Amino acid sequence: MTAKKFFSSPWRTLGYLILAMVTLLWLVPLFSAVVTATRTNDDILTQGFWSLPRQLVLSNFKEAWERGGLSRYLPNSFIITLPSLTLTLFLSSLSAYALARFRFRGNRLIFFLYIGGMMLPFQVLLLPVFRLTDALGLYDTYWGLIAFHTAFQLGFCTFLLRNYMRTVPGEILEAARIDGCSEFRIWWQIMMPLTLPAIAAVATLEFTWIFNDYLWSIILLRSDNLKPVTAGLAALQGQYIMDWSVITAGALLATVPTVLVFIFLQRYFIEGLTLGATK
Amino acid sequence: MVRTKSLTRMTPYLFLIVPLIIYLIWVIGPTFYTFYLSLTDWDGLTTPNFINWRNYQKLLKDPVFHVSLKNNLRWIACFITIPVVIGLALAMILNRDIPGAKLIKASFYSPMVLALVVSGLMWGWMYNPAHGLINGTLRLVGLDALAQGWLSDKDLVMWAIIVVGIWQRVGYVMVLYLAGLQSIDPRLVDASKVDGANSWQTFRHVIFPLLGPVTVIVVVVSIIDSLRAFDLVSIMTRGGPYNSSSVLANFMYIEAFNNYKMGYGAAIAVILFLISSVFIFIYLWRILQTEMEY
Repeated sequence: MTAKKFFSSPWRTLGYLILAMVTLLWLVPLFSAVVTATRTNDDILTQGFWSLPRQLVLSNFKEAWERGGLSRYLPNSFIITLPSLTLTLFLSSLSAYALARFRFRGNRLIFFLYIGGMMLPFQVLLLPVFRLTDALGLYDTYWGLIAFHTAFQLGFCTFLLRNYMRTVPGEILEAARIDGCSEFRIWWQIMMPLTLPAIAAVATLEFTWIFNDYLWSIILLRSDNLKPVTAGLAALQGQYIMDWSVITAGALLATVPTVLVFIFLQRYFIEGLTLGATK
Repeated sequence: MVRTKSLTRMTPYLFLIVPLIIYLIWVIGPTFYTFYLSLTDWDGLTTPNFINWRNYQKLLKDPVFHVSLKNNLRWIACFITIPVVIGLALAMILNRDIPGAKLIKASFYSPMVLALVVSGLMWGWMYNPAHGLINGTLRLVGLDALAQGWLSDKDLVMWAIIVVGIWQRVGYVMVLYLAGLQSIDPRLVDASKVDGANSWQTFRHVIFPLLGPVTVIVVVVSIIDSLRAFDLVSIMTRGGPYNSSSVLANFMYIEAFNNYKMGYGAAIAVILFLISSVFIFIYLWRILQTEMEY
């Protein structure tokens, strides 16, 4: 429908105006953060939020990045997220293949174990995982956190990839099997390429989820120089109690990676959410 | 030949063994271990002593537990209604080809990719009583009387935090409903129009029932997520003032990791698990049903 035709009905135009207002309302928190981060804290505290900025500054971003520690926290987030993501995708594609393409005892039980596990409240895992990580000597290391994320995300990844792998036509795999292809080659050379769309979707989602984790990073890490950006922001909040310009600048910097992922991979992100909830 | 056959039977287990063992150690095993810990007086350092159900008896009398449970119920009540209604309405509107649909969708999706910590900080600043956007706007338009200490008033604080949760959640609900709408056969909708149904009747009697499975998933997942609520509370108020915004997840964290009452914390976690498990089973049941249709 062309815009002209669309707005020819007054009711539709009114409805559209309401929709536009709700949309703008949804963006207010981002607006508030951007406005605050680009002014000096003094300016806001003395003039009030709704005042013309005396000047626009980038110094808050610099402050959050350097003294606030984001230059450390943000790389840490990647150091934790990327290995977790790779490992969990690799391992879950193995288990998903077994669950999707083989009949064997316990198939459904294992599948349900994965799904049930992915929906657990984290609190039920906190203490044992804390104890386990400590016993393995991984407390306060990147690897303790990576190990947990890898393990926990197996649930969702296996669930999603298994459902997708079931839709691959069996003839392709059968043909390879008759040609004498080993199961591991079938998995790697035939199944994996065919599953790539689902892997892309799940990877996009998982990147965001692992990157945004806060709870586990405060449970399994103590050292400030290992913290990912979420725990780092909590520390920043304590350090700059009333300096909201620096805090919002830090918060905005922290979102850059996931926002970029969303902008460029929105299709996969949405696809992942859809695949994860429906079949 | 015999050898290959037994190898074939082993194949799925070979694929499964590593991921499954990892999952059992880090996820499934700990769930049971927490049950055990909840029956002990573990403080994180000394060896746990078995104390039977004493943690649970104490919990039932703990006022903070009651507040937290009530807050979780409020959270659930809001999550299964408000984002569902807004998300469904948006999906219905944006499923049609309207100007700027892409931009509007992106605006509602964007909060989804923010860390809850980030949302908590952004909103915490908006709620700032003296300088934040909300009170600033109210004063600007002369509604000074409505300006509140949003996060310091014990009757308001929980709702103020739930609003942030809703803000972040609508996009997700919208995605699921949009996908659901895509899968509805347009002929069914056309047929009801031909039969003389108006838009509301078509929605009420054709579209909404067809979206039933999506609604079930949305509601179940919303409840489970409500019980997981932690980050926003932790970053915005830590459960304060005077525990008025405490939720079970946050209460458990504070008891276990700030007060070192780990056995007690485990008991809270078990309660949280038991409530969640009802909904986890409903979810599994739904999946089992669709599996049977295969």
